[in-house]
Parts: sequence; C-alpha cells; structure tokens
Amino acid sequence: MSQEIENPKEGTRISLEEGIAEWRSYVRRRQAIHGVDADELEDHLRSQATTLVEAGLAEDEAFLIAVKRIGTLDELSREYAREHSERLWKRLVLGPDDRGDDAGKGAGTLKEVLVVVALTLAAAVAIKVPELFGARMQMDQDLPMFYVRNMSLFVLPLLAIFFAWKRSLAPAGRLWLAAPFVVAAVSINLMPFAPRAHTEILAAMHLFIALWLAVGYAYAAGRWRDHDPRMNYVRFSGEWFIYYALIALGGGVLMGLTAFIFNAIGLKPERLLVTWMLPCGAVGAVIIAAWLVEAKQSVIENMAPVLTLIFTPLFTLLLLAFLGAMAWTRSGIAVGREVLIGFDLLLVVVAGLVLYAISARDPQKAPGPFDALQLLLVVCALLVDAIALWAIAARISEFGFSPNKVAALGENLILLVNLGWSAVLYARFLTGRAAFAKLERWQTAYIPVYAIWACAVVLIFPPLFGFK
Amino acid sequence: MNIGKDLVAASATPLILSILSEGESYGYAIIKRVAELSGGELQWTDGMLYPVLHRLERNGFVKTVWGKSESARQRKYYRLTDSGAEELARHRRQWQVVGNALRRTMFKSK
Repeated sequence: MSQEIENPKEGTRISLEEGIAEWRSYVRRRQAIHGVDADELEDHLRSQATTLVEAGLAEDEAFLIAVKRIGTLDELSREYAREHSERLWKRLVLGPDDRGDDAGKGAGTLKEVLVVVALTLAAAVAIKVPELFGARMQMDQDLPMFYVRNMSLFVLPLLAIFFAWKRSLAPAGRLWLAAPFVVAAVSINLMPFAPRAHTEILAAMHLFIALWLAVGYAYAAGRWRDHDPRMNYVRFSGEWFIYYALIALGGGVLMGLTAFIFNAIGLKPERLLVTWMLPCGAVGAVIIAAWLVEAKQSVIENMAPVLTLIFTPLFTLLLLAFLGAMAWTRSGIAVGREVLIGFDLLLVVVAGLVLYAISARDPQKAPGPFDALQLLLVVCALLVDAIALWAIAARISEFGFSPNKVAALGENLILLVNLGWSAVLYARFLTGRAAFAKLERWQTAYIPVYAIWACAVVLIFPPLFGFK
Repeated sequence: MNIGKDLVAASATPLILSILSEGESYGYAIIKRVAELSGGELQWTDGMLYPVLHRLERNGFVKTVWGKSESARQRKYYRLTDSGAEELARHRRQWQVVGNALRRTMFKSK
C-alpha cells in the first residue's frame, strides 16, 4: 500500500488530501467495498491522521501510519466480502448506483431508466402505427412487405438516439448520424419493387447490417475511425446478440404460458399475441438488450468470448471431420440451391469466432495453444469454402446470376478475404514475426468493407436486377 | 503482549456492544475506546471493525444514524437497539461463566 501512496517520481512529500484521494481511488476498485463504506473508512482515516498530526507527526507520516492501521486493502475487501457476500455476485443495480459518485449518466440513474423506457415504448408504438394506415398484421398471412422493408427503421433509429443521448453526441455528429437513416428510409420506400421481389428482401436484410453499423457511429461518440471504439462496438454487438437471444427465449416462454392459461378458461389470445405482443416485444427488446449490455459492461464477464472458447474447438473438430469424410468417401459437394448460403453461414460463424476470440485476448500475451487452434480453424474453414466455391464455380453458368446468388457469392468472397488474411497474420504471430495487434487492427479495419457491401446491396442491387 | 486472533475475534462483539451501550458512537471512537479500555494491549486492524459493525447492523443489534463530524463531514454513528441490549445481556452471562471458571482455576490465589 505504502509504495502506491508515495509519489515515486519526485520523492516529495504528499499532502493528506492527495494521499486520501489516491487511497480512495484504490478502495473504489474493490467490488466488495461500496461507496458508503469507503466514506466510512475515509472518515476513520481522517480521524486517525488528525489525531496523529495533533500528537506532532508530519501529515504524510500520519497518513502512512493511519493507512497501515486500517489494514491492507486485500484483507479489508476479504472481510467486507465475507460480510456482504452478495456483493461479489455483482448484481445489476436498477436503483441509483450506490457505488458511483462519478456516474453522471451512469447506467441505473433514474433519468436513464426513464429514457430507456420511453424509447422502448416508442419502438413498440412505432411498429403498430402503420396499422392506422392499413398495413395490418394478420395471424395467418405473411407479414405485409411494408414491415419487411422497414423492419430496421422501426427500432434502430431509436437505438441510435439512445447512444447519441448517452454519449452526448455533438450537434454536428447528430446530423451525420441522422443522414444514413433518412437516406435509407427514403430510398427503400421509393424503390418500385416488383411483387415478391428478391431484391426487396435482400435490401431489407442488408439494411439492418448497414444501419447497425451506423448506430456504431453514435456508440463510438463519433470516433468511428479509431481502432478502440470499433473494437468496443464489436464487443457490444456480440453481447447484445446474446442478451437479445435470452430475452427472446424468455418472451417465448411468456407467450406460451399466456396462450396456455387463457385457453384454459376458453379464451383465444393467439391473435393478440402474434399481432401485438410478438412485434412490440421484438422491437422493444432491441433497446432493452442494448441498455442491459451498457449497464452491466463492467459487471459481468463478457459472454461472447466465453462462448468462443467453448465452440472454437468444437467447430475445428467438425471441419476436420468434414474434410476427413470428404477425402475418405471421395465425394464432392452436391451443389443445390442452398449450398452457397450454407457455406456463407459457416464462414460467418468462423469469422465471428475469430473476431470474438481476438476481442477478448490480451494482445500482450505470447502465442499459446489456443491461437494455434484458431489458425487451424481458419485454415480448415478456408479449405472447406474453397472446395465449395470450386464446386459452385464449375456450375455457375447453369445458375445464372440471380440477385440472391450474387449476394451470397459476394459475401463469401468478402469473408474469404478477411479469413485468408487473418490466417496469414495468425501464422506470422505464431512464428513471432508480427504483433497480435496487427490481427486486431486488421479485423477493425475491415468493418467498413461490410458496411460498403451492405449499402451496395441496399442501394445498387434493386436497380441492377430490375427491382425483381 | 500479542493476543491470539481467535480471542480478539471472540471478544470483538461483546466489546463493541458494551461500548455502544454507553451511548452511540462511530468507528474511530470505538477503536480508541477499545485501546483505552485495554490499556493499549488489544490491537485491532482498524478496518476490520467495520464489517463486524455491518454484521451487527444486519442482525438488528445496532442501527446507523447519520451525523456530522467535527469538520462537518457526513459520519455514520452506530446506536444499540433493544435487541442489541438483549444480545449484550446474553454475552454478559456467557462471559460471566467463562470468567468465573477461569477465576477458579487459572487465577486461583495460592
């Protein structure tokens, strides 16, 4: 403790106030010791130091003795943890955050809760407003195309608003943020899509990706060019996805139980469930999940890297088994309609595994067996994909260039390039010829490629393929 | 004199309760009072007092009252509750038994 307190650079004596401020900052890092406890301990420290000064000691001597008497932080926090074991569970606090006296817009402040509730309600209302103009959701019919087209526009602007508010985005930044949403809303609704147009569904799907990355601009408080905010947004996206999936699971249970108990008394709530609860819940959960990720950021271990750790070996095993089986049976890939999309998904999963493994790795650490495993995974995925592409290329003339195939092929190539270069960087890192940071930077530098491709599918594909 | 850890721990609760039965007090004052009562022989690591106080509070033996220190800072005072007084009485009976037993053997005048 004492070596932390003494000013090592100048060797000068420190004042009582400086010492206490510094000591407090160490105390505040302990999970088991809350703000009020720190106040209490500080009061003790001051009383002790004052007594010692009155007895004739210099301020810094008095401070050091007082700190020593109060006990080392390790011991202290162990005792506090024993008494308050629940604190180590690091629960989400929904009331005012009693650990944060520096949390202006911290998660859990009443204001933030109100903002989140308001945005969630706004999303739930927004998805039902088109009903007033005749775009009705029906239980036994497909969703009207209006909803499909605008799916991301119901909620992502609200998510962007949340982050713009939370990060206090400058007015100029807000305009920049609004631009992609306006462009998206105007262009996708003005395009003269043919009925059941493939390009329309493709555009709707890619619009989500493009606008999700636009939200990243607000998340990064405008610093979207830097490596770190990008990586943080990647982490955020992974956690958001996991939270969303969990909320969706809970929502499913809720809907199932609602249907069950109302059926038991002879009522049929299905229509209400499918046309109200499902859509409103689905958009509202986007905001709630984002807020939860923000709130628990420092509280719980990130889940995405943990899942990565579990699934990297399993996927590697799967791909090795697949390659082995192909070599053994000498059978090629039967090229059907869904093959390309299936292999795209495979690459997405592998790219995700690589990305989240990278996002959670300490770049200073020396190469380890897990890095070698990652390389093996990437190489296997590249091999499998190369075989698949070979099979498809041989028969591409038979398929013709439908929008779906071009989109799938483009995505495949984009991921192939990413993984290919990642493999090279991994190999260099493992042989000690490049720093791990190179690999990190490659991943974040590549993000705009996804954005550009998504924009291309949204804006260029429809006219290119005659809005069919 | 170095008093064993277990004995320090065992005597902490009755000591704190007794001191608080003299009137409400706060952490630093309690520590000072303990030193005074034991002639400086009973040394606690100061910080360890607080988790004990928090446990007593959780069990309802003491309650906290916010007050001001001499320098007008917020300060947490602890006050004995009725059930705390009962707990103190229980401790008193137990220590009496222990004390009597020790007096009859260990401290027997030859």
